[in-house]
Formats: sequence, structure tokens, C-alpha cells
Amino acid sequence: MAPRVRAPEGGVGESPLRPDGAAKLRGEFDYAQDLSAEGMLWAATVRSPHARARIVAIDLAPALAIGGVHACLTADDVPGRGTFGLEHPDQPVLAADEVRFWGEPVAVVAAEDPDTARRAAAAIEVRYEELDALTDAEEADRSDEVFRRLRIRRGDQALHGTVVVEGEYEVGMQDQAPLGTEAGLAIPDGEGGVDLYATSQYVHVDHEQVVASLGLRPEQVRAHPTGIGGAFGAREDVNLHIHLCMLALHTGRPVKMVYQRSESFTGHVHRHPAWLRYRHEADEDGRLVRVEARVVIDGGAYASTTSAVLANACYFAVGPYRSDSVSVDGVGARTNNPPCGAMRGFGAVQVCFAYEAQMDRLAGALGMDPLDLRELNALGTGDSMATTGQVIDTPLPTLDVIKSLRAMPLPEPATSAHHSDLPGGSGLTTEPHHVRRGVGYALGLKNLGFSEGSDDYAQARVRLTSEGAVVETAAIEVGQGLVTVLGQIARSALGISNVEVAHVDTSRIDSAGSTSASRQTQLSGGATLEAATRLRHRVLAHHDGDQLDDQGVWRDDELLVEWSALGEEGWEETVTFRHPPTTGPDENGQGVIHADFAVAGHRAVVDVDTELGLVKVVRVDTAQDVGLALNPQSVRGQIEGGILQGVGLAVMEELVMKEGVILNATFTDYLLPTILDAPDVEALLIEREGSWGPFGAKGVGEPPTISSTAAVAAAIRAASGKELNRVPIRPQDIALE
Amino acid sequence: MIVELTVNGEQVTARVTHPGSLLDLLRDDLGLLGSKNACEQGECGSCSVVLDGELVCSCLVMAADAANSSVTTVEGVSPEDGLHPVQEAMHRAGAVQCGFCTPGIVVAAVDLFARNPHPSGTEIKEALAGNICRCTGYGAIIRALEAVEIGAET
Repeated sequence: MAPRVRAPEGGVGESPLRPDGAAKLRGEFDYAQDLSAEGMLWAATVRSPHARARIVAIDLAPALAIGGVHACLTADDVPGRGTFGLEHPDQPVLAADEVRFWGEPVAVVAAEDPDTARRAAAAIEVRYEELDALTDAEEADRSDEVFRRLRIRRGDQALHGTVVVEGEYEVGMQDQAPLGTEAGLAIPDGEGGVDLYATSQYVHVDHEQVVASLGLRPEQVRAHPTGIGGAFGAREDVNLHIHLCMLALHTGRPVKMVYQRSESFTGHVHRHPAWLRYRHEADEDGRLVRVEARVVIDGGAYASTTSAVLANACYFAVGPYRSDSVSVDGVGARTNNPPCGAMRGFGAVQVCFAYEAQMDRLAGALGMDPLDLRELNALGTGDSMATTGQVIDTPLPTLDVIKSLRAMPLPEPATSAHHSDLPGGSGLTTEPHHVRRGVGYALGLKNLGFSEGSDDYAQARVRLTSEGAVVETAAIEVGQGLVTVLGQIARSALGISNVEVAHVDTSRIDSAGSTSASRQTQLSGGATLEAATRLRHRVLAHHDGDQLDDQGVWRDDELLVEWSALGEEGWEETVTFRHPPTTGPDENGQGVIHADFAVAGHRAVVDVDTELGLVKVVRVDTAQDVGLALNPQSVRGQIEGGILQGVGLAVMEELVMKEGVILNATFTDYLLPTILDAPDVEALLIEREGSWGPFGAKGVGEPPTISSTAAVAAAIRAASGKELNRVPIRPQDIALE
Repeated sequence: MIVELTVNGEQVTARVTHPGSLLDLLRDDLGLLGSKNACEQGECGSCSVVLDGELVCSCLVMAADAANSSVTTVEGVSPEDGLHPVQEAMHRAGAVQCGFCTPGIVVAAVDLFARNPHPSGTEIKEALAGNICRCTGYGAIIRALEAVEIGAET
């Protein structure tokens, strides 16, 4: 006899349709850009045209004289704390006496319509006295203009190997370039408080900063999760949030602001450019004996997350390899360049480009196969991290990653003469006989969740309703599919199919933490799993049942309580989930610094026209440690998307700086990979039980971006024979150097 | 000036008071928010519409120049209920993440299938070469469009 209790649909391991997918496909999904309110004003921002200058005077009168202008606010109008910052509040809400980067906000205006607001912003007269800008990170280091230094020493510092390779590397400044620019709407509540709907990865930290700078009580500000067109790290920091709330409270009207693309490039933080110096020493068999690294990143004018990015760069400076002796010195420089902060991979990307180039060079010096060298030194479960000494106590299938990459078949050489398959694409400039193929490998290691002793947690609530259940969270869906996977987790835990995910504001639930560090599936997913599991146990115990499904509570194949009745009983459970505790570093950078790790490897195949320096990335295949794939389709989406951002950094994406000014702050000049630039991808998911994430899941968002850049660079080196110690690799680097 | 045009089969009139684009007209004057503004320069295709049979970036068309023309937006290709086969295929393939590029890709892909019901992989890529997606790496979009079965009714 078939049991009458029905298993839920759309649980863990399936790939159900995204609940927001149809609305997005029909153009009906509300992004921050699409919001409006009755009586709404539009805001615009006045920005510094200098990398560094003293503000001599600001004349608002010409702007205020324009009809339809309702407010022009400067630093003097910030009611509370004059500064903000994700980790250290060092950045002025509006610059007061000095501007420290090109594009720094100086004043904000609100007007009847966007054009008037922009005209008013342009009419404000700011007199500057230009000052010498510090734009070189090494010079900042020498002048002790630093956000953080980190020193790691592990093992016997007198140990040396017999085979030595040294190299210097550079990583350009990459932009997250989410398609939706910064946007938001602030609505005054009529009682001195405000509701904020703005692009964000972390509404509770926005809330904290808005409350501090507005001088309000926490309950007077509600930050609402809002539709957001991508993030990739660009939405962790406050940008227009405090400005909008100031203008809304000042005018008593709803105020909306949308950054245009060029403004977006200055309005959010970027990936840190980095300068890396390495020395790898191995014994004659290829065993790594000692790694020395110097890591310099440019944090720009304000702190943002530079301390944490630098820490990641240093802790992951050796990658997924063992070494007996390690020395790493890191510098997070303070300059007058645009502030840098979080971007997918968060410090681990920059060092991976360097240490993987070093591993290839070491293999060359040893006469070894590059994968054999990596296999010999692979860091796995039970090993100690080369840098921090932390013992890896969750599954780390580095050897399986290498084995999988070896087993993947290589594609045939290009035989198609179709121009879109050749380097240069439809430019038709390449002759097939100038094209050389190259293959390169790289492995990367990334921490999951926040590190260095931070109290990292996520709260989620599961409520039963007359239709099923609702998961409430303030975690931000940036596109990655959290809205799908939290529902899957709750379905599997409760045993029911009808589960919705509701993104609720800061007044209704505690923090879910940031949608960053590949952490939400593990953290908010962990909270959801625990809340749903506890709720199921409580409901069953209360009704003396043994099963729950969409029909209600069962015992021995008898339906005890119908769902319609159960849903009226007001069941809910709220859980705050924490990952295993971590510690800060000791004076040698040692400690249990990280909560979990993921490893991934990439094999890139490229065709290079060595005469013209043009590159076609043909394939990037990957094996990635995912713990358990809760939603295989979403995991693949993260892998393919992350790889393409890595490809972008390898061959085209860079914010070009000149004396602190971004020269290419448009989509015409900042190149992003198109569908014609996208390589084919074969992705092998390596599933190993044992992580503390829900059902053993690990975060999957960042690992695809760590080593894909390095693999593409290695493949271009193999095809061109050039050293190529800098990314992005430009045509002139291949053809002219 | 007063601009009259047909949008998604309906005759509309809009007062163009500033040198705005067709995208501004669609979003701000007509409240058709499906077309997205991501670059204002015709580089990303998020604002793609079909103008008198031609796929264009509506951010590059002056609103005044759209007078007396016929425009189809993502709202116009979406059926009253459910999804167009292109939308359905993208939904199933996981081709939507943040979704900001999605309306433009839907318009461009529907335009492709209207011209070429059985496009090759290369033709799909060429048709979407003007649409930037920052999330998916395009793999799921290509898989989706390769699976599209356009029925006799379209």
C-alpha cells in the first residue's frame, strides 16, 4: 500500500524554477530603479573633480535659484555622525574640508525631476585648492599611509629549498560592473523616521550607518531589501543611502536617486589593484619548502573593507598547498585613488594569479608536470594551512579537484574557420596560421563566511500559514538564487512543498549578515534549516504526530490535523545561526582564522594570435568543491558566471587610472565579456560530506572567480611563450613585449 | 513637443519636454519599466526594443525620432498569462539570475526567432552579442535558446 504522506516537491537537490524568474522575464520585477512614491523628488550628487583638494568654498545659491529645487545639502547638514564605513567609519558622508578621491561626494540636491536635480548639482559652485595627490601604493607604504599591515611567519625561517623561482606580479583594478546601477528611494514616515529602499547586499549594516549619521534612534529607520541588478561586492558599502535619507527628512518628501553608469563607476568600491612579489623554494623532488611573499594592495582613500581584503590576500598567499616555512608581509595602502573594497574573491583572486604563475615556473624549473607539482603539494583535510597553521577540519578535496581536471578531455584544435571562433572575432583580422593554442591550469582556495574572530551570524524565521510556510529573512537576493535555495531547505526540513521566501526589513528580523563571502547558503541556509527542523518537531510533538506534509499532521497514515487548521495556530520559529568560532591572528599571523574553505581548479584553453596579441578563450573547465549541491542548476550558474568574471580580469577588464582619475568610467571603455567572449564550460561538482553548512553544503559563489583568471593567464603564457606577469593581459603585452 | 507612436500595439501620446531618449519616454512617461537603463550608451542591450521591425537600444533613439513609429517592448512580447516560449526556455534553463539584462535579452531573442526559427549556436551568439549579462556567463542563456521550440502560432 502506497503511503498517503506525500514527499515535498522542490526540496534540496532539485533545481526548481526561481520564484522571481517569471516576473524578471516579463519585465515586471521591481528593481530599486523602478520604485516610485507619490510626491517623489529626485536627487543628484555633486562630486569632486580632483583626486585631492581643499574645499575653499561652496556656493549653493545658483542651484537654489533654479525652479523646482527643494534642497541642497552639504557636510554641515549631516545631523549625526559625519562619517560612515563598513568596518571603520572614516569616510565623510559629504566631504567637509578636503576631498580625498576623484568622485567623492561633496553635496546632494533634491528637485522635482531628474534633469532639474542634475542641473542643480552642476550649478553648485565649489572652489577647490588642489593638493598633491598620493596615488602610488608603494609610496604610501613608505610614508606609512596604510590601513593595515599584516605579518605572517610560520615554521623555521632558516629553511631553504634547492630549487628557487622568484617573480613580481601585478593585478589591475577590476570593477564589479553590476548591470543595475546604484539606486534607491527614501520615504519619510511623517514622525521623524524614514523607510529606505536601496540597492544593498547587507541592509542591517546600511541601517546602522544611516542611524548613526542621521542621529536617529534605530527604530526610526527601516532598511528594506529591494530588487537589485547584481552586486558582486559593489553593494556592501553605503553610497547613496545616507544622502537619500537626509534629503527625505529635510524635504519631508520621498526622494529617489539613480546613479548613471559613469557615476556608478565612482560611486562604488572596486577590486583592489595589487603588486605581489614572490619567492618559492622547493626541494629536488618538488616539495615546497618555503614561500615568501610581499602583498601590496591599494585601498584608495577610505578604509571600506581593505583590512579584511588584505588579510585574505595574505592568508591565501600560498593557495591550496602545504609549505614548511612561510613568510608573508602585507600592506593595505591608503592613497588618493578611488576606494577599493569587496569584489567576488576578496583578496584571494589577486594572490592566486601570482602563486599559480609561481607554481608553473617552479614546475618548469623542476622539469615537472604542473599538475604533478600541485598534486605533490596539495593541501587537504587534516593538513595545516601553510600561512596560518590552521588545521583543515572540514573536507577539502584538493586531490580530487586535480584528478578531475586531469580526466577532462581536451578539445580538438579549432578547425572551424568561422570568424567568431577565432581571436578577434568578427574583426576578421586574424589569419588561422598565426593562431597558437595554449592550455593552462590553476587552483584556488577561498574561505567561506567571515573570518578573524568576527561574530558572523544570520537570523531566519519560519512561519506556518494557511497555505504552507514562509521563510522570513533580511538576506539579500542579488541574483545568485538565495530566494530559491532557502525555500528548498525549508521544504526538505518541513516535508511540505508550499514554501515562500519573504525578504523583510530591518525592523522585522535581526541581521542575516552580508550577501558576500560565499556565506548566505551556509549561514541563512543554516538558520532556515534549524528553524524549519525545530518547527516541525514542535508541531509534531504538540499534535502527537509522526509526519508532516502539505495536507497536515499525520500519525500512522491518519491525517490528524488538516493544514488549513494547522496554519491558523500561529506556529513560528526564529533561529540565529552561527558558524564555528574563529580567532584573530597572533603576532605571527597564526590562528584558527577561518570557518570553512572551498577549493576549485580551472583548466583554460585559449587560442592566441601572437602577432596581433588577440586572445580567444575557447574553454574553461572546472572542478569545484561544493560540499553538497543544494540546487545544481544554481551552482552551475554561479560557476559559469564566476568564471566569466575571472576571464574578464584575465584579458579585458580594468579601470585605467591616471593620477587618481578613472579614464574609462563607461561601458564603452570598460570592457565586459560578451556572449562572443564567453568560453564553453564543463563543470564537475565535487561533493563531500562534512561541512557545517545545511546538509553539508558549502558556499559556491566565489571559488569560480579565484583561479579562472590564473588559468587563462597560464594558457596564454603557454600559447605565447611570454612571461605575462600582469592582468589583464592586453594585446600589446603579447604582441609587443 | 507631442510625440505620437504605437507601443505594443496601442496608440500613445507623450509630451516630450526635454531631449530624452525613447527609453526615457517608455520608462518615465509611459511607465513601461521592463526596459532597463544600465549604460546609457548602447553597449549593454538592457533597453532593447523593436522599433519598426529593427532591434535597437532604446537609449540611443531620441524620443522625438520615435514619432509615428511602432515599438515593441518586453511587455509587448510577454503573453497576457504565462510566458513566451523564449521566456519559458530561459526560465527552465536557469538563464535568469539578477534579471537586469533579462528583458533586453528576451526582446533580442524573440526578434531572432521571429526572423530565424531555427538559429544555429553561432547565430544565437551573434544575435545576442549586444546584450551584456554580468551574472550567468551566458551558458544557461545559450542552452535555453538552443532548446526553444517555436510553435506554429508564432
